[in-house]
Amino acid sequence: MTSANTGTEVGSFVSRFNLQQYVVYLGFLAIFLFFAFMLSDSGFLTVRNLSNIVLQTAPVTIMAIGLVFVMSAGEIDLSIGSIVAVSALAAAVTIASYGMAAGIVAGLGAGILIGLINGALVAYVRLPSFLVTLATMGLFAGVSRSMTDLRSISVTNGAFTGFFGSGSLLGVPSLIWWTVIAIAAGHLVYRETRFGAHVLATGDNARAASVSGISVPKIRLAVLTISGGLAGLAGLLYAGRLQAAKYTLGETDLMTVIAAVIVGGTLLNGGKGSIVGALVGSLMMGMLNNGLILMGLSVSDQMIVRGLIILTAVAVSLRDKSR
Amino acid sequence: MSAPILQLQDIRKNFGGITAIENFSLEVFPGEIVALVGDNGAGKSTLVKIISGVHTPSSGTIMIEGKPVTMSNATMGRAHGIEVVYQDLALADQQTVYMNMFLGREPLNRFGLLDRRRMIDETEKLVKELDVRIPSAHATIRDLSGGQRQGVAIARATHWASKLILLDEPTAALGVAETAKVEAIVQSLKQRNVGILIISHSLDQVFKLSDRICVLRRGKQIGVRETKKTDKNEIIAMITGLQQQ
Repeated sequence: MTSANTGTEVGSFVSRFNLQQYVVYLGFLAIFLFFAFMLSDSGFLTVRNLSNIVLQTAPVTIMAIGLVFVMSAGEIDLSIGSIVAVSALAAAVTIASYGMAAGIVAGLGAGILIGLINGALVAYVRLPSFLVTLATMGLFAGVSRSMTDLRSISVTNGAFTGFFGSGSLLGVPSLIWWTVIAIAAGHLVYRETRFGAHVLATGDNARAASVSGISVPKIRLAVLTISGGLAGLAGLLYAGRLQAAKYTLGETDLMTVIAAVIVGGTLLNGGKGSIVGALVGSLMMGMLNNGLILMGLSVSDQMIVRGLIILTAVAVSLRDKSR
Repeated sequence: MSAPILQLQDIRKNFGGITAIENFSLEVFPGEIVALVGDNGAGKSTLVKIISGVHTPSSGTIMIEGKPVTMSNATMGRAHGIEVVYQDLALADQQTVYMNMFLGREPLNRFGLLDRRRMIDETEKLVKELDVRIPSAHATIRDLSGGQRQGVAIARATHWASKLILLDEPTAALGVAETAKVEAIVQSLKQRNVGILIISHSLDQVFKLSDRICVLRRGKQIGVRETKKTDKNEIIAMITGLQQQ
């Protein structure tokens, strides 16, 4: 290797690093500044509104953490939105008869179980995760509708709604605690453990991972189970905050979660990703929702503008990444 | 001469009714480079898989330092101190050099978390010893040239191999200058007192690097020659089965 050669390699490394790692932060800042100026007299910048954004995005952030693991392993999970509804309903129904603890077990258990089904089909039956989770997405959307005949179930257990939604500890709302703890734990596992390294290696080059002694099927089973469990937790958070569960919960979250994860610097093809990036991506999506509502756009206009912005953001963050 | 580090005795491998390898016997001594040559389909890659533990031979004995071993997967091969450098580079492209160096065997600190410091230090030390010129242990594999990548793959094998390094066409994908660099690295491995088995299509390379040459044709061992006492014509005749004048 000549030194000139090494020089250009270092150069391209630096420029790619800049573009990819910081696009989410720049986008976040740009959208923030835009709304701050445009909506300076509509209350966008108030502490109440900003903290509201964080509270509203908590379930999406939790789901995004799971999806970072899944996508880093080179898989996808389309069923998370349906899992949210099933878990929330399972928890709500169970709490009504058996109390809070049983409700938590039922909600999380439903998510983990669906995740295990997805994972087993992908890892051991060797079906593509795109098709498996597309099918379970539809299947469990049906299950959530039939569980209560489309009826909404209210959650009146104060301990539950406080713990998962409206309560606070040390002056900090419980949804922020959930977000912070999940991000910290997710980041630690993703970046600093053998499991995290093996997830990345599996998504990067499954054959290399396999000949290095990593059990690729176990990794695939694990990431989809984690994703299912976290979607279940997101369902509990929705049920806690809204004090009710309905089949519509999580219905429109899939696109938002995928956009947050990709904008946050996680590669669709696996091998590279960021938990903190997914958090910022998720907050960016929440801010976008909030700002467009405050700007007075109609629901249909909001959907169009949001779609266009997500498309732009994803295009920018994917540029030259998926080489 | 010291005891052989690897001994293959009368190895045979059948796939269904087809015999891929038969009557294969070979010894590799520490500090020695043995080349395995043969035409496409001669059984070289089957043999690599047998020695690395991926395939179990149908009959015959594999001995490491005089002790018979049975292996049923590559993890067991690694446990016996055998490392393979594959021609298509079993590296994770988007991970760093040091993570690749320890892929599947990452050291942990006392909190049970990845010991990055140790991985980086050991990677830098080894890369320097082997003179693999990479920008840093933090570099991402895909930012490296083909030669640098193969250097990393060889460094990884060297780090973990206590007995034998198996190189499967290590320069097949490389240019002239990079090939020369990798050959120099392979040459330097002899000092480490491990056995080296190299598979190569390039007879120039085989003659440059090896101490002995083993020829395979259609699953049969044609013969083993000391590199100094043979020439290309004889080896080509053995590979093709045609007599040359």
